[in-house]
Amino acid sequence: MPSLGADMEAGTVSQWLVKVGDEVHRGDVVAVVETEKSTIEVEIFESGTIAEILVPPGKRVPVGAVLAHVTSGAGHAANTVPSVSTATPAVPRAPVVTAAHAATVDAAISPPAPVARRSTVHSPVLRHLAQELGVDLVTLTGSGPGGAVTRDDVEKAGGRRGDGTRRRGRATGKPKSVPPAELQPVTRVSSSPLARRKAADLGIDLSAVRGTGPHGSVIERDVRLAAAPALPEKAGPGTTVADDRAAAMRRAIGALMARSKREIPHYYLSTTIDLTAAAAWLEQANIERPVTARLVLPVLLLKATALAVGHVPEMNGFMIDDVFHPSEAVHVGVAVSLRTGGVIAPAIHDTGGLSLDELMTALKDLVGRARAGVLRSSEMSDPTITVTNLGDLGVEAVFGVIYPPQVALVGFGRVTEQPWAHAGMLGIRPCVTATLSADHRVSDGHRGARFLTEINRLLQEPEKL
Amino acid sequence: MSTTTYREAMRQAIREALISDDRVFLMGEDVGHYGGCYAVSLGLLEEFGAERIRDTPLSESGFVGAGIGAALGGMRPIVEIMTVNFSLLALDQIVNSAATMLYMSGGQFNVPLVIRMTTGAGRQLAAQHSHSLEGWYAHVPGLRVLAPATLEDARGMLGPALEDPDPVLIFEHGGLYNVEGELADDAGPVDITTAAVRRPGTDVTIVAYGGTLRTALTAAEHLAADGVDAEVVDLRCLRPLDTATFVASVARTHRAVIVDEGWRTGSLSAEVSARIVEEVFYDLDAPVSRVCSVEVPMPYAKHLEDEALPQVADVVDAVRRLGA
Amino acid sequence: MTKDLPEPDTGAQFTRACAENDHKVHLLRQMVRIRRFEERCVELYSRSAIRGFLHLGIGEEACAVGVLEALLPEDAVVATYREHGHVLARGVSMRATMAELEGKVEGCSRGRGGSMHLFDAATRFYGGNAIVGGGLPLAVGLALADHLQGRPRVTACFFGDGAVAEGEFHESMNLAALWHLPVLFCCENNLYAMGTALELTESETDLSLKASSYRMPSWEVDGMDVIAVEDAARHAAEVVRTGGGPHFLELRTYRFRAHSMYDSDRYRDKAEIEGWKSRDPIPALVERLRASGVLADGDLERLEAEVDAEVDDAVAFAEAGTDEAVEDLERFVTSEPVQRLASP
Repeated sequence: MPSLGADMEAGTVSQWLVKVGDEVHRGDVVAVVETEKSTIEVEIFESGTIAEILVPPGKRVPVGAVLAHVTSGAGHAANTVPSVSTATPAVPRAPVVTAAHAATVDAAISPPAPVARRSTVHSPVLRHLAQELGVDLVTLTGSGPGGAVTRDDVEKAGGRRGDGTRRRGRATGKPKSVPPAELQPVTRVSSSPLARRKAADLGIDLSAVRGTGPHGSVIERDVRLAAAPALPEKAGPGTTVADDRAAAMRRAIGALMARSKREIPHYYLSTTIDLTAAAAWLEQANIERPVTARLVLPVLLLKATALAVGHVPEMNGFMIDDVFHPSEAVHVGVAVSLRTGGVIAPAIHDTGGLSLDELMTALKDLVGRARAGVLRSSEMSDPTITVTNLGDLGVEAVFGVIYPPQVALVGFGRVTEQPWAHAGMLGIRPCVTATLSADHRVSDGHRGARFLTEINRLLQEPEKL
Repeated sequence: MSTTTYREAMRQAIREALISDDRVFLMGEDVGHYGGCYAVSLGLLEEFGAERIRDTPLSESGFVGAGIGAALGGMRPIVEIMTVNFSLLALDQIVNSAATMLYMSGGQFNVPLVIRMTTGAGRQLAAQHSHSLEGWYAHVPGLRVLAPATLEDARGMLGPALEDPDPVLIFEHGGLYNVEGELADDAGPVDITTAAVRRPGTDVTIVAYGGTLRTALTAAEHLAADGVDAEVVDLRCLRPLDTATFVASVARTHRAVIVDEGWRTGSLSAEVSARIVEEVFYDLDAPVSRVCSVEVPMPYAKHLEDEALPQVADVVDAVRRLGA
Repeated sequence: MTKDLPEPDTGAQFTRACAENDHKVHLLRQMVRIRRFEERCVELYSRSAIRGFLHLGIGEEACAVGVLEALLPEDAVVATYREHGHVLARGVSMRATMAELEGKVEGCSRGRGGSMHLFDAATRFYGGNAIVGGGLPLAVGLALADHLQGRPRVTACFFGDGAVAEGEFHESMNLAALWHLPVLFCCENNLYAMGTALELTESETDLSLKASSYRMPSWEVDGMDVIAVEDAARHAAEVVRTGGGPHFLELRTYRFRAHSMYDSDRYRDKAEIEGWKSRDPIPALVERLRASGVLADGDLERLEAEVDAEVDDAVAFAEAGTDEAVEDLERFVTSEPVQRLASP
């Protein structure tokens, strides 16, 4: 079967124009062949006699197949038709065959998988899969090129079939180290490649870092920030480390606050709250408590703030890519100044849901651990609103800078006795100035005022807190 | 130093080429008696005569092909096409002949041809005179594609382009011709193989070229006022792309914004973005971002054209979104 | 035009007549070389030694041979994708041509071009252009370079009747005439643009009339008569070379085989094909040479045997040729230093 076009792989003899015994001359048309594109007359390149026809009309054969034999006039050995006859090895291989052949050879000569080595950088899809399956990539040994961790490795480690088939959360095949029922879907945390590299270097668990980058992704700065308070655990003795840490923290705070001031259109409100009722209630409440369990005023302020958020949800949540994402949970961040310098604002989880006693315990614990540098990363990443209380230090009011991506910060100053007019009478009452710094992209003064008023109202009924 | 314009710098480059090499001639629509549709060749006909400042009929394919033939025949033609939109009438000659001849002939016939053309929008010339199609040419192996964005490059790219043994396309953004600035009196040939860092910075890399370089530099000044230190890379050579320069910059700054007056889909900015991801993925602290023209044929009305084109505010905004 | 063999009444006349006769045999040999070469191509294509598109000019040999005989070595040639005949008539070796068709590095384009892109710097053969009409502007430019450098050279530009419908044809005719450039436009009118007849594609089928509209001298020539073609081309080339501006030859010819390997030729009438085959330029010349006694008994067979041997040698050369190293895949996308150009 002659090649009759650049893309021809096979053809069908539709008609023989010669029969056995016919004499043929070079250039004679001997058959008609149909290809995918057209019908072509096939000529012969040999002269002689048709000895045998091998391919009957209607039969499809690949290019290079022998169609007929021709005996040359002088009784020489049989030739085939057309010129493929001359037993030339130049019969084309169909490209498909060539490709398959090449693939087999490749597979056969491929060296065994290289000795695995630990890889600290992983593609986003692997990280995602690893999270989904609860696999720790850092400790995983890779079997891919250069010791890279492959999807197969993760799936194996995560108990999924290692045959490359994807089965989400369903058990098939061999027993698994993690029963499928225990595979909890993990919310995916996006993080930048650089952040991942940094997290791997610092040993930070990315899933617990709050992202402030595009689309809420964790970026390198977030990792540094999350790492800062955790450093004392790892760092050895020596002032250099501490100094470095302090300097690093100062830079981190600087960067974050600069960003806040650059990006967040702050507005500020303040109100003075009469604490007579709260102070009286506190005094009463502490009478019944042992000294170690006594409540302090900031606990009431925290609780009131957490509950007030329920009425003005625009104060609680995150601004990501110019879109406000309100948070259902209320995790009030508490600004804690560190003895080494700097300030951090870890969260008390579900602040509004805790009783005052629980809150007191949580606050003491948190402040203690913050100063000891043993915070959990989720505490660093989870605050939905922040409270800062500088009353201890003697100032009357604090107009704070919002922690991005949060949208509000409540400040309390020193509790002072103030002349206070009430029902036409002037008296002396304990008061505190409460301030609000809020993000004008999310709320405006009207809502902010409502929020401060609500805090005030709640503090007037401390027994209900 | 003296004050000059982009147009004048380009004209001086052509003059110098005509004076220094007898094989050089300028050919194109209205380059002679009219003085060049953007007045780049004004006065050259009087100085060099009609054989060397050759007005052509409106036959883009014909005279670009003739430029290729003349280059094959030993000349060093500078062919001017009025705008990149018109160059599509000569696309066959540029892509099927100029770019392929050396390869098809097994290395026998190189084509030392320079083709200059205007590109870009911003002058309310609407949808058949305003597009930025240089990215299409940058797709084609066998071509060198240049985009002078500064006076130095306008003055200095033509000479080396004429010395290149292979076809070189020079894209001059129409909004640049009137740009005035200081140029050294002895300004001469510049390198035509590398990108240039036009403004060093540490927080984000803004990649631009041609008409968008000024947009990028202005945006960088705005950002600086906010405390963001942007590095601006001028691609200059769109093919072959100098990947090393912008990739090294992104490796330092960890963030990239690409500003391209072409349409986003299948654009040069897409190529730059892909190379960044291929080469420095693990150094990225944010997704690569692009500021391109809105995907519409360029409208005539000023406010719509402005809206369609990458503006300084768009670049600033893109940088801020990256959290730089 | 033909001349009868003059009486050998003087020595000078005799010498000239002998030279003329020798030349006619040379024309015959060139046409037979092309014919036999292309017939072998059919065979090689059938067994896949040649792949891709293969366009044969069998039947059109007189055009290539007649025109190229009229050129000087310093002249330039721009041809189409049906250019085996032109490259052979121009003097490129059959070995290099066949090696190119088989994709070997010994090919005249290093196996980079194939059948449609034959190039040869030594004979100023600028392809081998597979864009219909694409070669015309190139030819104008080559002629412009000669004009600007004051060189008395001709650029011969071949194209088919299909190219006449392209804008590049008209742009190039206009430019060449406007600038009075030394181009010899040779339109090989074989009546079909691929599979579509001229009268189905052209409002004016008199092609030389189109050339005249550009104020360009133009002739219709019998493209099946090599002597007529050579005569016309020689005359035109002389005028072009001496500053007469571009000229246009319409060579009326016919391809006996399909547009490319293979098509079923359903667009042409068998009788039409047979009619043109009866005007085959090779037997026509053989007959004339025999009638005038220039070819004696056995001369043709000897000539054919010599040509067959040359074709056999070319095929053997091509098949023994080497594949270009894949490491060199990216060579010649752009120019490289001169010293490398010399290899292999």
